[in-house]
Amino acid sequence: MWKCFSTRTSRCFSTSASNKALKWWDHVAPAPKDPITSVTEAFLADTSPTKINLGVGAYRDDEGKPVVLQCVKEAEAKIAGCDFLESVSSAVSSKLVEESVKLVYGKNSDIIKEGRFAGVQALSGTGACRLFAEFQRRFYPESQIYMTDPTWSNHHNIWRDALVPERTFHYYHPDSKGLDFSALLDDVKNAPDGSFFLLHPCAHNPTGVDPTEEQWREISYLFKVKNHFPFFDMAYQGFASGDLDRDARSIQIFVEDGNVIGCAQSFAKNMGLYGHRVGCLNVLCNDAKQAVAIKSQLQQIARAMYSSPPIHGILLVSGILSDPNMKALWVKEVKAMANRIQSLRTTLRKSLEQLSSPLNWEHITNQVGMFCFSGLTPEQVDLLLREFHIYMTLDGRMSMAGVTTGNVNYLANAIHEVTKFG
Amino acid sequence: MASTMLSLASTTPSASLSTQEILKGKARLGSGRVGTLLNKEKGNPFIKAKSFGRISMTAAVNVSRFEGVAMAPPDPILGVSEAFRADTDVKKLNLGVGAYRTEELQPYVLDVVKKAENLMLERGENKEYLAIEGLAAFNKATAELLFGADNPVIKQQRVATVQGLSGTGSLRLAAAFIERYFPGAQVLISSPTWGNHKNIFNDARVPWSEYRYYDPKTVGLDFEGMISDIKAAPEGSFVLLHGCAHNPTGIDPTPEQWEKISDAIQEKNHIPFFDVAYQGFASGSLDADASSVRLFAARGMELFIAQSYSKNLGLYAERIGAINVVCSSSDAAARVKSQLKRIARPMYSNPPVHGARIVANVVGDPALFNEWKAEMEMMAGRIKNVRQKLFDSLSAKDKSGKDWSFILKQIGMFSFTGLNKTQSENMTNKWHVYLTKDGRISLAGLSLAKCEYLADAIIDSYHNVS
Repeated sequence: MWKCFSTRTSRCFSTSASNKALKWWDHVAPAPKDPITSVTEAFLADTSPTKINLGVGAYRDDEGKPVVLQCVKEAEAKIAGCDFLESVSSAVSSKLVEESVKLVYGKNSDIIKEGRFAGVQALSGTGACRLFAEFQRRFYPESQIYMTDPTWSNHHNIWRDALVPERTFHYYHPDSKGLDFSALLDDVKNAPDGSFFLLHPCAHNPTGVDPTEEQWREISYLFKVKNHFPFFDMAYQGFASGDLDRDARSIQIFVEDGNVIGCAQSFAKNMGLYGHRVGCLNVLCNDAKQAVAIKSQLQQIARAMYSSPPIHGILLVSGILSDPNMKALWVKEVKAMANRIQSLRTTLRKSLEQLSSPLNWEHITNQVGMFCFSGLTPEQVDLLLREFHIYMTLDGRMSMAGVTTGNVNYLANAIHEVTKFG
Repeated sequence: MASTMLSLASTTPSASLSTQEILKGKARLGSGRVGTLLNKEKGNPFIKAKSFGRISMTAAVNVSRFEGVAMAPPDPILGVSEAFRADTDVKKLNLGVGAYRTEELQPYVLDVVKKAENLMLERGENKEYLAIEGLAAFNKATAELLFGADNPVIKQQRVATVQGLSGTGSLRLAAAFIERYFPGAQVLISSPTWGNHKNIFNDARVPWSEYRYYDPKTVGLDFEGMISDIKAAPEGSFVLLHGCAHNPTGIDPTPEQWEKISDAIQEKNHIPFFDVAYQGFASGSLDADASSVRLFAARGMELFIAQSYSKNLGLYAERIGAINVVCSSSDAAARVKSQLKRIARPMYSNPPVHGARIVANVVGDPALFNEWKAEMEMMAGRIKNVRQKLFDSLSAKDKSGKDWSFILKQIGMFSFTGLNKTQSENMTNKWHVYLTKDGRISLAGLSLAKCEYLADAIIDSYHNVS
């Protein structure tokens, strides 16, 4: 029936109207590759049997394979064939948010009892940060965001696309490969009162350098005095110390001091739900009434971006967190992942020291979480790729989750080779 | 270091707030009420003005920075469902919902979806990140479904396809791309259109204007108005078209009208931008429902198409869809795709995996694909049946001689009844029939059993209420 109406199928590229149309995309340049995902792309294309991917921060087991946590498998089995939920009902979404914020503030927190937070699910950590960045610009259109130097590369993209200008503040000390604490405090002090700061509460990405508890207290006090707004991006809760509560301690210090905060959470790494895009954004409020207003604004921002979040991941997370047995299993599995990474850090450092490397490799075990900021130069990183098929980002950030007992010696040797002459 | 009354330790004097400081939203503890945010010059619509008062702070907690945040207006469509839930009358009928219901008015999980999910569970697939552009198998399947696998645009690799979060997410990626690469270009949207279209373009900072579409006099298409408005728009505008089953009116152009719309768009060098949320749901045939898109592509035009699997595969909550950009060359398609990825990365990094796998499994398996087509026909068939029954009931009961045939001419999940706001309110208040204030009913929420009751309600509202 349609064929008789397509009388103009031959009109292609010949009329002036179509010729003009050819010019539509001329000014669209090829985008630069994402510095992190492009590493994985290159790795996948490599056919070398000895290749190692230390690029993206995704956990691997000791065979270098992706892991689906046992608690997740159990949760999957539970929801398979269950009553279908058409869109994220408020019951399901509240459950996720409720359980998520317990991880941030502690399950007995007054904040939760009094409903003094606005919480929404988000598209993992990225989505939570983006919702907040849009919200920040909407209600503080003149504000900026202070980010650690360095920070996760996508943070720059997120606040930029939300049209919030960024500033950096001192964080990483390249000489010590640790925290540049006094410069950090100076920057916090010198920022205009009421500035917005993006903080990593634990397992800093990309450096693996976290302030000590005493240092966090000093930072928090200064924030309170300066009336700064701390926004925490918590993507690795559980990976720093192996203990979920301990990893949220920095946030709790800020809250105890009376700071009013915001927090993005991701379940990508600690629940292994990378592809499901499940996370949470919460903003502390004066009272439950204000929480309702702020939540409504966050939901409105989400509505014009993707309407509602994907349900599958939400069901998994809320299922695991609200069942005491499954939650206990999860806690154990997180600890096991953190332990494996910790032990490979130790092994890698020992191996390098045994090879009589002229460099100091203490930072491998001093730094925490998934990443090690190796101190390797871009040239050395490139050499590791070309000669040894070892992949990492150009800043020398290694995802320790990609190191196994099977490849750690090869890795140590390779690093030694490219650094032995200093 | 929990503090009670915090004395100021900042280096600047703790004088009372100047108006300037208030305007910039800065606040000092101990000297005034925090959080007054008044941005008169920009007229920020999100902030409610509050008068500045002086209350000394004794609380240990900093007052929230977001004190002035007003409650967002409630979503008009969700509000209907909430009111329906609260209604205790046994005769109540929810025709606000834009989701398919069975004859028993229950939600429906497609059999093919259950099968696909079981397959996925058995295989025990991992949960790794998808690429920024999504699952490759899904992207291939979705483009082929839209254009037909042997379509030249696919064979010549001229389509940039990126998985998106259902229709909304895909539209937003396109809107952000338009804002970035066609600054100042506007999008023409039908009057009326789906409510969220405006939100999406507003938030993406893409200006929009409306073209005439719905004619209340005929309860049909204002075709002359539509063509005229398309021709009057500045050259190089984007024209948002509903591929099939127009939401909210249910009124689609005829094939001849689509040809003329395409002529007008080409004449003005506009870019057509299709929102395809109901492929398969309009006529029951996936191919027939894609004919408007295929017609435009066959003319060699470059176009945007957003797709959604919310309705046709019932995957509402999984958020699975795609944005497709048909370009004149494969090189342009590659570049456009790379820039769409660059927009997606700071929004959500990569799209959710579950729904993509379901679609890829259903479309990729011939047996499942055929089953899906059958279920699609069944769902579209049920809607056609209720339309017929409703029309028959209206014609039989209404003695005024009014022509109700528009119910049969309209297509898809929705129908514009032609009832105005007051009449729609009567439907709800007197008859406990829930619909949106614009007179839109969802046939997907109507059963054969309720058609006569609905006919009574419509006839009463139309004739006895103004």
